[in-house]
Amino acid sequence: MAAAIEVLGVSKRFRINQERYSSLKERVIHLGRRKPPEDFWALRDVGFEVAEGETIGLLGHNGSGKSTLLKCIGGILQPTHGEIRTRGRLASLLELGAGFHPDLTGRENVFLNASILGLSRRDIERRFDEIVDFSELHPFIDQQVKHYSSGMYMRLGFAVAVNVEPDVLLIDEVLAVGDEAFQRKCLDRVRRFQRDGRTIVFVSHAPDQVRQICDRAVVLDHGRQIAEGPPAEAIRTFRESLLGHAPDAAPAAGEGDEEGLGAAGEGGDGAQPAAAGGRSRPVRITGVRVSHPAQAERRYLLPHEPLTVTVAFSVERPVEGAVFVLAVHDLEGRLVFGTNNLCEGLVFDLAGEGEITFAFDAVPLLDGTYPLTLGVHSRDGGTMYDWLEQEHHFEVMNPTHAWGAVAMRATMTASGAVTVREEDPGPRRGPGGRAELQQEDVR
Amino acid sequence: MSAPPTTVVTARRGALEQLNEVWRYRELLAGLVRKELKVKYKNSTLGFVWSMLNPAMYLVIFYVVFQLVLRAGIPFYAIFLLSGLLVWNLFATAVSSASTSITLNASLVNKVYFPRAILPLASVGAALVHFFLQCVVLLGALALFRYSVALSWLPMLVPALVVLLLLSAALAVTVACVNVYARDTQHLLELALLAWFWLTPIVYQYEIIADRLGAGPLPSWLALVNPVTPIVLVFQRTLYATVSATTEGAPAGIGRMGGGEGLIRILPDASVLWYGRNLVIIGFVSAVLLVLALRLFARVEGNFAEEL
Repeated sequence: MAAAIEVLGVSKRFRINQERYSSLKERVIHLGRRKPPEDFWALRDVGFEVAEGETIGLLGHNGSGKSTLLKCIGGILQPTHGEIRTRGRLASLLELGAGFHPDLTGRENVFLNASILGLSRRDIERRFDEIVDFSELHPFIDQQVKHYSSGMYMRLGFAVAVNVEPDVLLIDEVLAVGDEAFQRKCLDRVRRFQRDGRTIVFVSHAPDQVRQICDRAVVLDHGRQIAEGPPAEAIRTFRESLLGHAPDAAPAAGEGDEEGLGAAGEGGDGAQPAAAGGRSRPVRITGVRVSHPAQAERRYLLPHEPLTVTVAFSVERPVEGAVFVLAVHDLEGRLVFGTNNLCEGLVFDLAGEGEITFAFDAVPLLDGTYPLTLGVHSRDGGTMYDWLEQEHHFEVMNPTHAWGAVAMRATMTASGAVTVREEDPGPRRGPGGRAELQQEDVR
Repeated sequence: MSAPPTTVVTARRGALEQLNEVWRYRELLAGLVRKELKVKYKNSTLGFVWSMLNPAMYLVIFYVVFQLVLRAGIPFYAIFLLSGLLVWNLFATAVSSASTSITLNASLVNKVYFPRAILPLASVGAALVHFFLQCVVLLGALALFRYSVALSWLPMLVPALVVLLLLSAALAVTVACVNVYARDTQHLLELALLAWFWLTPIVYQYEIIADRLGAGPLPSWLALVNPVTPIVLVFQRTLYATVSATTEGAPAGIGRMGGGEGLIRILPDASVLWYGRNLVIIGFVSAVLLVLALRLFARVEGNFAEEL
């Protein structure tokens, strides 16, 4: 298949001036006294191809150059070296409503915005109704956009962007903004684009989203491309890169606490905690044990059985306020549950070797394999000591007829003119209509 | 669907590729011109009438100052003034609004790709629309005075307008990108345009300058170095059409310096060839300037998103 996007040896240099003069007057005044600008390479010799119809993820921590690369692909920035070839019309979901003029009506802005995205007037007229339908802004379309709420603004921008039917769609973490309904709509639309065989470039620092959406991923680290391949592999490399160095932009302290599961960074849009500088790790996870009472007879748990996860560690030097994190995922990469000792109201000061135990007296889950992510980071979330990304897991087998993700204990009763007979639920059936509703029986 | 066009993003681009791209985005150019016009008059009751009120006001002021106070003695001064003022307004509006076209659209430039040269060119387009609106005022004045224009010269207006657009575009593109790097260009430009206006024979007649220069040590063609002048002259020659006039017993005024007794010379009494030659020279210069401006633009436009 033909390549929709070719990124050929792209480098991008930014000049960082200590003082930046944006007026002629300042330039004249400071003539000859200018410090030479410092070079900062946001991208270094990045190259890959994206086949038509493929969804590729760009992964990287903050400041890794992924947004710069996306802007280069979008033509907003020009690479210093190398070139990027794109086939077909390109639209990006990073400019929702960019270029809307507040004084113009919604209708006028639709026309203007769509023509900025490269649509001809005739095309826009043909799609206009669809755009308005999608935005659900019928009654307001002839009002000036300045009277719109920010949600309406975004809806209209999104409606235009997705309805120009681009051959290549660039998405820059928009899925992290907006309310849930909007995010779902975005994701829905992304899936439709995938079914239609369009090419998507998806930028994220949330590995979960990349795992869910992308066919392939490219990992950037300080402007260099450190991995390219299937999402699972790329995500592992991405995690390793987080452990291997301290990113220069340390995330704000407290962010980790705020999110409760800050260090996991899973699904959240907070900054990734920086890993410990260099290879020496003050705290090391030396072993993990996942156990349940019946493990002698079977590998799996039944719903509502207890589970114990024990993390053994050793420290090089005493560490105050270490945070141990446990996160449960499902196989699609969705975060099911996460906690750490701060959430439980405990502070751990580590002095030597030891074990931390997470004990659950009941795991209310139905069938599935649940990978576990375990990690330990500093109290402010700024330093990640050790991290085991989904290296351990547990399984749950659901012997009942109930379906779904969570095992809820249900008791059905009847009153009024109902005759209740007991019957064997019979062989297991999948989810179905109301008639198939069966009584939940966990035992 | 035909084969989708391939876009290449790289640091090296020529002026020709750029023009080609502008052409591909011509619908956007039209859209931006429409936007600029709509936005300008969106919240005003009079709307487009404002475009016409501006030259009308100038007309009144200059008429009072030059005809009644200073007694310049130019007959049908309104028409003389308007035929030059229209040219100037197109030029000045285009260039000054182009100077902020990129900085004011920073949100667009930072987020969407389109050939950036479209922005200053849209300013020129909007100025052209204003020009046609203001022509209505001129037509009104012509009708009011039952004034007859030089019909045989009318075709000359087309090349004159084309040259004017070339010149405006060249300057518009230049100041637009310079203003990104030196934001006070727009203020400097206003001063420059003010001086430039008075250097152009619009409120006074060309012959005064030519005569003065001819009398002094400087050659008289120096009056034509101002690239707007030849264009203004063609408009004046065509629409005003009066090369010289006799004044009866009018007191000595500023308009009478070079003329003989009672005779006031207004426009060069030369053939179409002389006017045409000047136009061709300016046109050529403007075309070269435009190509240079586009090349400059292409060199710096890649950094716009970083500078804004």
